[in-house]
Amino acid sequence: MIRFDQVFKRYANGREALSGVSFSIAAGELAFLTGHSGAGKSSILKLIALIERPSRGQVIINNQNTSRIKPRGIPQFRRQLGVVFQDHKLLHDRPVADNVALPLIIAGVPRREIDKRVRAALDQVGLLGKEKSLPLELSTGEQQRVGIARSIVAKPALLIADEPTGNLDPELALEIMKLFKRFNEVGVTVVVATHDVHLIEQFGARRIVLGHGRVTDAGERAAEGGGHGEGKGEGEGNGKGVTIEAHRP
Amino acid sequence: MNAQAYFARHAQTLVGSLGRIVHHPFATLMTMGVVAVALALPLFLNLLLSNVRNATGNWNEAFDLSIYMDKKAGAERTAALAKLLRQRGDVAAVRIITADQAFKEFRDNSGFGDALDALTDNPLPDTLIVTPTLLASTPQGTDLLKAAIAGMADVQTVQLDTDWVKRLHGMLDILRRVVLLTGALLGAGVVLIVGNTIRLDILNRRAEIEVMKLVGASDGFARRPFLYSGIWYGLGGGLMALILVALAAVILAKPVNELAKLYGSPFHLEGLNFATAASVLGVAVGLAWLGSWLAATRHIRGIDPI
Repeated sequence: MIRFDQVFKRYANGREALSGVSFSIAAGELAFLTGHSGAGKSSILKLIALIERPSRGQVIINNQNTSRIKPRGIPQFRRQLGVVFQDHKLLHDRPVADNVALPLIIAGVPRREIDKRVRAALDQVGLLGKEKSLPLELSTGEQQRVGIARSIVAKPALLIADEPTGNLDPELALEIMKLFKRFNEVGVTVVVATHDVHLIEQFGARRIVLGHGRVTDAGERAAEGGGHGEGKGEGEGNGKGVTIEAHRP
Repeated sequence: MNAQAYFARHAQTLVGSLGRIVHHPFATLMTMGVVAVALALPLFLNLLLSNVRNATGNWNEAFDLSIYMDKKAGAERTAALAKLLRQRGDVAAVRIITADQAFKEFRDNSGFGDALDALTDNPLPDTLIVTPTLLASTPQGTDLLKAAIAGMADVQTVQLDTDWVKRLHGMLDILRRVVLLTGALLGAGVVLIVGNTIRLDILNRRAEIEVMKLVGASDGFARRPFLYSGIWYGLGGGLMALILVALAAVILAKPVNELAKLYGSPFHLEGLNFATAASVLGVAVGLAWLGSWLAATRHIRGIDPI
């Protein structure tokens, strides 16, 4: 589902966020990206969502080489994934239902279908009945769950989350993580970036540890994560992916 | 996406963008007001111009030709020429003033009565007053008619004072171009005003556009509500411009009619008709749409999620 091959990312200000990152995550896996702030977690998620482009190396998502996706194709590409942000990124001038419906409206789903799927998504995050509330009338935890409902409403095969529990107390954070676990159990590939090591210890999922722009521990691939046949035996677990020189000119 | 859903979505965006601009009534009315003033000025000038044209069209006796007959022609041949002229396609009417009538009129009106009585002979010729048809009442048309009549038998002189008519037409032509230029400049102004309003609107809603792009919206999708806002600005501004010009016409109608009465003219001020009003609204919406398209296309492309 996700494969990074010798990926470098240097920003315009000269800071190198990623220095030769290689790893892969199979379809159906649940993986946590951890590491100190500045280790490169956010950069990896931005490369997955095509918010940024790698300076060198290849990022392959869902069998698509992202370097071949032109700017015109980015919207279509993003509709295949759900993204959850630390700061929720909700539209505060419209009710919860409209926020959750946004990806479906963009994809051109008929109105009646939208209402049904918005209610289903809100039900999954435990917010049924809050359709007409404005985001600011909800608690932070509830706002985050609205963001999660929005990310899954279009039924993406891949869900990525950047510090989704960053602003939440431990109890709420655990609840949110359980939500991600539940989505993973129904077949969604889930990648969560978090610095909260204690929290993820409670889940038996794979951890990819980053430090100074490199993978220091690519973790164990979970047993149920096979079947997709991609990335098998490619520098898995050696941390630096030195077996392949795959960067493009 | 099927066609019905597509149109439903557009209708929804159209109404949604109206709701959004109505939410800020003061700012919206300001923008519409500037658009209205920019459109009303050329529209009003154009209205004045077409009224001046109508007025000069009513004065087509100014285009009458005076034909002075040869003294030897006599009443019968004068009448025959009048008959011949009446059959022409570019002649509306021919009036005969015989030498005797002319002499009597001159003696009564000029104050030279006694002196004229001393003459043994009437020095005045028979005269035909020829009125061209409305179509032929142009400087070129009357010149052609004049040339044709001058070549006819028994005609001594054909007199036509077209100089002032030519000057008037020259002035109207300049005025018409001034109106066109003003219209073009102020039209460009409408594009810029609406473009700038939309630009500010986009900057205010930057976060929202970022979120939309993050969840897969294309630039076209993000641009759509702004295009509809532009259309509303154009429609509102156009309607306000029509109201302004209609008010101006009402204010001017009474004094203009009184002035026309003093000149004994049936002229009255023509207001806006339906076709003009419809095309003003069309132009307003078109210009505003163009302004919002330019601004939205440029500024939405520059917004990238971070």
